[in-house]
Amino acid sequence: MFDIHGLTKTYTRSKQHVHALRDISLRITAGSFVAVTGPSGSGKTTLLLTLGGLIQPSAGNVTYGDQNLYTLPASQLATFRNRTIGFVLQTFNLVPYLTAVENVMLPMLPRETNGMDTLRHALDLLEKLGLADRATFLPRELSVGQQQRVAIARALANDPEVILADEPTGNLDPSLANEILDVLDDLNRSYSKTVVMVTHSPQAAARAREVLKLRDGMLVS
Amino acid sequence: MAFTFRTIVLKEIYQRKGRMVSGLLAITLGIAVIVAIQSITSVSRQVVAKKLDLLGANIMVLPQGATVDDYFSADVDAPTFPEEYVERIAASMIPGVDNMSPKLSRRIEIDGSSVILTGILPANELASKPIWQASGLMGAELALACAPSQNKESSLTEADLKAQRKAVDSLGMNEVWVGSQIAERLRVNTGSILPIEGRTFKVTHVLPETGTIDDNRIFAHLHAAQLLLGINGQVSNIEIMGCCSEISDGLLGKLRNILPDTRITTIGHIVNTQIETNTLMAKVALVLLVIIILVGSFSIGNYMWANVEERRREIGTLITIGWGRRHIYWLFLAKAIILGLVGGVLGYVVGTVSAVILGPYLAGLEIGPVLAYFWWSVVVAMVISLAGSWYPTYRAARIDPAVIMQEV
Repeated sequence: MFDIHGLTKTYTRSKQHVHALRDISLRITAGSFVAVTGPSGSGKTTLLLTLGGLIQPSAGNVTYGDQNLYTLPASQLATFRNRTIGFVLQTFNLVPYLTAVENVMLPMLPRETNGMDTLRHALDLLEKLGLADRATFLPRELSVGQQQRVAIARALANDPEVILADEPTGNLDPSLANEILDVLDDLNRSYSKTVVMVTHSPQAAARAREVLKLRDGMLVS
Repeated sequence: MAFTFRTIVLKEIYQRKGRMVSGLLAITLGIAVIVAIQSITSVSRQVVAKKLDLLGANIMVLPQGATVDDYFSADVDAPTFPEEYVERIAASMIPGVDNMSPKLSRRIEIDGSSVILTGILPANELASKPIWQASGLMGAELALACAPSQNKESSLTEADLKAQRKAVDSLGMNEVWVGSQIAERLRVNTGSILPIEGRTFKVTHVLPETGTIDDNRIFAHLHAAQLLLGINGQVSNIEIMGCCSEISDGLLGKLRNILPDTRITTIGHIVNTQIETNTLMAKVALVLLVIIILVGSFSIGNYMWANVEERRREIGTLITIGWGRRHIYWLFLAKAIILGLVGGVLGYVVGTVSAVILGPYLAGLEIGPVLAYFWWSVVVAMVISLAGSWYPTYRAARIDPAVIMQEV
């Protein structure tokens, strides 16, 4: 699935070089559930966004199947994100003026699929995540747990092979965090989705079947 | 309703309608100002054109080889050409010929005084000629072209003003109008009988002093003057009121083509005044249009820039979930098109209503709606909106989604 070789990312800020990732090589196999842990600034989110085709690495390459992601033109990289990756973010990033079901339909718009099929599929996803009666609610009318479940439904809209989750439980209390982890676990076990989850939380990391530890941009285990 | 890109655009506009008002206001007011000014200037242009017409003829048709000096000196042997040329011009229906006045002038002696006798064709006879009606130069238009000034401060009567411009509504075969100097010299007044070359004429009007050669001129009916001078069917010149835009667009050449054995010249200062006035009005309108497009585009650009900044996280999220640049472009340019469309329609309505209400107070003009400005308003508003939105949209499509994800 993901083959990462010599991945390096260096930011230059105020003439200072910040080494976010240093020569990382690893392989993430299809159907795995990987937690990426480490202290703040260790490069966890940078690694996740690089896997998602959002950050051009300074050196090294990221291959998904037989596609070297960063040799693809921008439009094909967008299509890769749209069809292959589902993003779940700490702050949910729901569009505030769209209803829950409309937020779920957002990734399906560039695919130009039939409108009714799109709506039906989005409602199915919300139902599976226990939000059937919240479909027409705006994000501000939902609890944080419900908002995160809408974000997960949006991530699943195009039936991606990979879920990339950045601190998915970071804004949730422990019981809500467990609910979300259950959902990710179920996606991995029941639907064979590959899940890569960045987290600070040891409890969340414990739910994964593989844990990668980063420190100062380097893979330590 | 199906969920489409359009739904997102409309929902975003509705959700942030308060902030959108400023952007919409910029376009609406800009278009309203242009429409109001254009509505007023189009009417005032007609008024100015009429006032420019009052300056008199601006094209002179003279016999081949003659000069304007020949016409003014009116010597006994001054050349002439057939009166039939007047009908030839009318029959050609050349656009831009607003009015014509054929004249025959000769210097004669009355009681030992040298005066110029000028035969003119009164407007009522011009209007009654069938060829005139066929060419569209109807009496009403002649009256319009010969309308007296509306200057109420002037002490001159309507007849005086018409006489100053030598446009006479009606003049009998035995009637004359007499210039002020010659009237004084010959001691005649309105109602006097004046013998000329063995025939008697009634003085129906003594012209006010003009300070020109006309003060020493006697105006008679053209055909009476021809009989009196023994030059039947001939005229010394034809004065033409030409519309200045056509003058600069080849009117003289067209006249020369149909009257090849004549000399056709413009009366420079009148033509120049007309052209300068029209050019000035066109320039003022153009300057206003450019200013409003610049200010409107800047205002819309400012609003769209703020909108992009406000939606950085949203745009970053859309790029993250796989929206391409063209989708982001569409999201913002569709909004610009809607703003332009609504701004154009509102601007037209506000501008037209303002012009209709304020026109009579501010410019003393009755102004009606000009439907042609509707499409113009919509197109200009779209141009303003798209021009102002282009760069913010370009920036939006290039937002780095990774940076947005880290802005927590």
